[in-house]
Amino acid sequence: MADCTPHTAPEPAFEQPWHAQVFALTVHLNETGRFTWGQWVERFAATLARHGLSKELNGGEDYFAAWLETLEAILAQEGIAAPQEVEATRNGWEKAYLDTPHGAPVRLAEG
Amino acid sequence: MPHDHSDHPHALLPPDPALRVKALETILTRKGLIDPAALDEIIDTYQNKIGPQNGARVVARAWSDPAFKAVLLADADPVLAELGYYGRQGEHMVVVENTPEQHNMVVCTLCSCYPWPLLGIPPGWYKSDAYRARAVREPRAVLLDFGVILPEGTRVRVWDSTAEVRYLVLPMRPEGSEGLSEDQLAELVTRDSMVGTGLPKSPPEAP
Repeated sequence: MADCTPHTAPEPAFEQPWHAQVFALTVHLNETGRFTWGQWVERFAATLARHGLSKELNGGEDYFAAWLETLEAILAQEGIAAPQEVEATRNGWEKAYLDTPHGAPVRLAEG
Repeated sequence: MPHDHSDHPHALLPPDPALRVKALETILTRKGLIDPAALDEIIDTYQNKIGPQNGARVVARAWSDPAFKAVLLADADPVLAELGYYGRQGEHMVVVENTPEQHNMVVCTLCSCYPWPLLGIPPGWYKSDAYRARAVREPRAVLLDFGVILPEGTRVRVWDSTAEVRYLVLPMRPEGSEGLSEDQLAELVTRDSMVGTGLPKSPPEAP
């Protein structure tokens, strides 16, 4: 368990920007009453347990992958963001990144 | 390979999960269900404002002020609220004191429940399967991995966090720290010492 050696330098709170974003999104939805934190923990723990059956989770990237999967499942179930809509919007963003010249702000095409 | 910007005709494509998160944000914003400014505020709070320094202040105060310590151990929530360390994931806090007889260690076997207002966002190892499974099964071996060797007579108690209850370890005040101010004491308190996987730093030698 090499990760368990104590670190002296301060670590960033989040390793990747999207970890911070999906974290903030979930906290915000909790605070605006979409779900209680107890409900979130129950769903998230179930996802982690399922993922942990096939491999040992390292607490980093795969932790937030489980986090995102849980949030997507809740939003799909609540009828807030259907999987097809998420997929289409995701592809829209991908296209926007590929079509935007480097250095210019990336914007999603409307529609 | 170093990333050479001139080779990229288009903006750098974020990884797949980042695109999926952006998609959720877009959909929820369009539906008026989220406020993007609130998301920025949450990220800023946990990246820049809240961290183990909050817990360290509480520990240093408990070391300096016996009356505060007694109240903190008996019922932490009101005193922490008074200090402004409350809210998200700190609704019900229990402070457990290390003694020569008992060393306390905190885990969340369920997921990663953690006292955010006092310690910020948990480190990767706290969220790993390795720590979550082993902390309960073989706490002494885990402590050894962290370089913590306890006297044989000290028993280890592991506290399993939940969505409802979060724990903070009150470490033992280091020897030789008599006469230090609260600010100086807070410098000795590490994050790991408040999770129970470490011990506080020793005071600097007097010149």
